[in-house]
Amino acid sequence: MSAREAILGKVRKSLGAGEDNVRLEEVWDRLMKAPRGVTPRRAQLDPAARVALFCEMAKNAAASVVRVADGAAVPAAVADYLRARNLAQSVRMGGDRRLRNIPWVTQRALQVRHGPSDGEDEVAVSHASAGIAETGTLVLWSGKDNPTTLNFLPDHHIVVIDAADVAADLEAVMALTRQRFGKGDMPRTVNFITGPSRSGDIEQTLLLGAHGPRALHIVVVDG
Amino acid sequence: MLVTSPAFKDNAREALADRQLQKALGNVRAGFIDKRRKAVEALPEFDALRDSARAIKDHTLAHLDLYLAAYEEKVTASGGHVHWAETAADARGIILDICRKHDARVVAKGKSMITEETALNDFLEASGIRPVETDLGEYIIQLRGEHPSHIIAPAVHLNKEQVEADFRRVHTDLPPGRDLSDPASLLGEARRVLRKQYFEADVGITGANFLVAETGSSIIVTNEGNGDLSQVLPRVHIVVASIEKVVPTLEDASQILRVLARSATGQEMSVYTTVSTGPRRPGDPDGPDEYHVVLLDNGRSSMLGTEFQEMLRCIRCGACMNHCPVYHAVGGHAYGWVYPGPMGAVLTPSLVGVEKAGHLPNASTFCGRCESVCPMKIPLPKMMRHWREREFERGLNPAVARYGLKFWAWFAKRPAVYRLATYLGMPLMAVAGGTRRRFRFLPFAGGWTKYRDLPAPQGRTFMQQWRDRDHVREGARP
Repeated sequence: MSAREAILGKVRKSLGAGEDNVRLEEVWDRLMKAPRGVTPRRAQLDPAARVALFCEMAKNAAASVVRVADGAAVPAAVADYLRARNLAQSVRMGGDRRLRNIPWVTQRALQVRHGPSDGEDEVAVSHASAGIAETGTLVLWSGKDNPTTLNFLPDHHIVVIDAADVAADLEAVMALTRQRFGKGDMPRTVNFITGPSRSGDIEQTLLLGAHGPRALHIVVVDG
Repeated sequence: MLVTSPAFKDNAREALADRQLQKALGNVRAGFIDKRRKAVEALPEFDALRDSARAIKDHTLAHLDLYLAAYEEKVTASGGHVHWAETAADARGIILDICRKHDARVVAKGKSMITEETALNDFLEASGIRPVETDLGEYIIQLRGEHPSHIIAPAVHLNKEQVEADFRRVHTDLPPGRDLSDPASLLGEARRVLRKQYFEADVGITGANFLVAETGSSIIVTNEGNGDLSQVLPRVHIVVASIEKVVPTLEDASQILRVLARSATGQEMSVYTTVSTGPRRPGDPDGPDEYHVVLLDNGRSSMLGTEFQEMLRCIRCGACMNHCPVYHAVGGHAYGWVYPGPMGAVLTPSLVGVEKAGHLPNASTFCGRCESVCPMKIPLPKMMRHWREREFERGLNPAVARYGLKFWAWFAKRPAVYRLATYLGMPLMAVAGGTRRRFRFLPFAGGWTKYRDLPAPQGRTFMQQWRDRDHVREGARP
């Protein structure tokens, strides 16, 4: 008997369960319908208030947030961030269509490199696929134009998000993911990111910048 | 891992006398309780979410065989591999085989209590593979050759001076004069040292907070980002998880995520919640080429259908130990195995046997705080009582306790005799208590009087006082 059969057999025996159809139907029903449970009222807001809550919650999680009018204003916002922190005008990003549509050339001093990170980049720019107002969380799907390493290796992670993509809660984003990739299918990695990395492992003193980015900067594009 | 739970009493005595440890344990109370309370108060739906989370896990456990099969099917469909392990040894063997197949020399590890339960690190090292713990707390205790003393804050038993000494001892290639006086400098050094290890590692091993049957995904919840680097940089990602980690859908995981972060660290959401499904897709610029999941039973299937089934709802948030007066006093190592605190006092006897771990469910004041803060509403005190009953039935507790209980039971079953005996006994005890009205020593109760006095009875029994109270109340009625 394989280990698989042994374990499943023990589970069935302990539960006193046979392979009856009633149980199977209950399971398939839940898997198919994916019922929503309790969702917090705090994020059930009109779009403007939802984006405001998103910004507030992200700041509570120690991210910095700036809002710009449209995509054309993003390069300047990125350049400002780098200047304010005395960082080189150089960023790495994936080939995401939404990032390619941003006119980076308008910041002539800004050097833009593409592809995954090898650990030598100081700053990465990503485009979020969604935001969660409830907790100020960014949602990033991996894919051929969205390397996961960019979310973790650089010291500074700048994430651009369209205000229209800020959803109310986790469940809304789960539904969106299902809609985008198909029922039951997922990209290799979905990163839910809430603030910069941190650790409290030494004497429970909370410190930012553990193994992931030391700083998370969010650029919300309103237009 | 060697089970030292039978020596709990000696472990506890040592822990109480350890001044470094006692100082560090103060951080548990200061670091967790207020943060959790504030996060819970900020979410009016918290209690409704607890009920929802409990119902999800109860439903899943009642259909565990079917959800595991559904989960496996989705993992396979997304290009991953599922391995089933009945025992810790089976899990170790499977992991070693995967490592050998890829000629792995270095393994980067995200934080995983299941790899503690399976004693994976020692095994890999003995097989010539170097495991590197990358969670800061886990890294520190790995340098010290210790085990976690807390399930989410593994190095909570240490003070920063101890960490500094360890870093100076191990990181000998760094300048001896460097400043390591504060936690920030220690974190910075660990970050630099571990960065190289992620790139060197051939295999990355993480645990899982959830396995999602709907999608075949594993979910990890972390704050440092080490679990993500451990799975995105090496060529192979191995997830090690026990069978009760499965939940039906992404929505179900969402419900439990809300109570997990708040109960653990008092965060609205942990920094990184990562959903991983299969290996990297064609065209993906990074991510592992292979994705394996090792599903471990190790005794859990035998807990189903028993009075301990509800323990399998546990999501390892650590709230029970953060609020436990016994844990606050003795720390995690005294419990003698992987899982400390109230959840360990219930789980350890289930997994290693009550004959070895019988002290743990006895080391409880039954104050009930663990149950009151448990996000999954696990009746921990009730289950500790079940273990005490089993221990008594099997004659495992000490003779004094057994005979004492039998002696008391004889009286308790004969109310008239009981009342007479106490009616006669209490005044005598009151006199024996002397002017200090307390006992400094009592035969058969040395374990109590060694550490504190026992207050002497006042002379009248509870029953007598109750009768008088009733009488007064009735008399007062018009």
